[in-house]
Amino acid sequence: MSAFDRRLFLQLAGVGGAVFVSGLSGAARAADAMSPAGYDDFFFVQLSDSHWGFEGAPNPDARGTLPKAVAAVNALAQAPDFVIFTGDLTHTTDDPRERRKRMGEFRDLVAELKVKTVRFIPGEHDAALDDGRAFKEFFGATNYTFEHKGVHFIVLDNVSDPGAQLGVAQLDWLAADLKKQPKDARIVVFAHRPLFDLYPQWDWATRDGAKAVDLLMPYANVTVFYGHIHQEHHQMTGHIAHHSAKSLIFPLPVAGSQPKRTPLAWDPAQPYRGLGFREVEAEPKTAEYAITELPVQTG
Amino acid sequence: MNRHTSRRALMTAAGALALGSLVVLAPAKAKQPKTPRVIKVLAKKFEFVPGEIHVKQGETVTLQFTAPEVPMGFNLPEFKLRTDIVPGKVATLQLTADKTGSFTFLCDVFCGTGHEDMSGTLVVS
Repeated sequence: MSAFDRRLFLQLAGVGGAVFVSGLSGAARAADAMSPAGYDDFFFVQLSDSHWGFEGAPNPDARGTLPKAVAAVNALAQAPDFVIFTGDLTHTTDDPRERRKRMGEFRDLVAELKVKTVRFIPGEHDAALDDGRAFKEFFGATNYTFEHKGVHFIVLDNVSDPGAQLGVAQLDWLAADLKKQPKDARIVVFAHRPLFDLYPQWDWATRDGAKAVDLLMPYANVTVFYGHIHQEHHQMTGHIAHHSAKSLIFPLPVAGSQPKRTPLAWDPAQPYRGLGFREVEAEPKTAEYAITELPVQTG
Repeated sequence: MNRHTSRRALMTAAGALALGSLVVLAPAKAKQPKTPRVIKVLAKKFEFVPGEIHVKQGETVTLQFTAPEVPMGFNLPEFKLRTDIVPGKVATLQLTADKTGSFTFLCDVFCGTGHEDMSGTLVVS
């Protein structure tokens, strides 16, 4: 199914929200115009902020929401090439044993995904109290790269440092990795926290995120997907698009819309409202990413 | 002039010199800026005490932070002020309140289960 067919299918099936298209840089458009031959598009699924272990009024079905999301991904008409969880897999706890128990339960739940390529990055709830030790035991490295069908993916860790910094060593690692990429490389970055100052008053920022953005800026085709703020949000820093994902536990208010960053109340009339996950249709030839937001539960 | 007379004269002269010094120093002391008011802020799990800091517009204050339990952070984004607060040390920031209003400050070092509720308000009137 081509990208266009798939998007049309999603719209006709009524399972998706608005389709948000990101990318389409001038350089990529020109390249596409010069070589209109077929290309290998693909799609992946982003899930975020499941906060396994959370209990409270903002989600009376806290233990049921993640399994529903797993079932919803398994029910997709076409399997994604891979699934990525962008952090806060578990809700924080001061008890290291409880942290590992939650991570084990989370790992077992997502093992139910039919898609076998599942990637993870930590959120501060997973990693900030022990410098990512428990996360690494269960899910491996906290920053890494991988290639997929012409796209260079970079996973950044801006949470293991409790001060929400990438740190000099990781920035040097990023710089060294980027040096190996051509300036028109198709680059997708995953992080948990926004790399730009979305709303520092609510800790929606990365202290040295601007340094990462500066390193990425010379590259023509860069898109960032992240989590942390429990809602969909789209912002440009120069030509770099940043897209945050919904949560799988509770939605948070729009930045600055209320005095405190308290979760939006659960609405029994519309359970799971504001929660969801997304499909991202990647078209490497044009560096275009079509985002379709999907609910946890349909109907 | 005998020895005692010389000594007395020397002391008198020294006293006059000291008095002169005082006379010279007194006006200079009056011109020195007033020492900024010190506001002590406790950063504990998971609140700042006080949670509201009140200052007058134009006032410069010294904020002195302590954290008795775990490392914390203080961040006042609208004033571009932040510091780490490490247990056992006093962290200091100087704040000049150059605008009025209410401004959120928060802990920006992930400190535990209540971290996300750890914020306060600076009120400049």
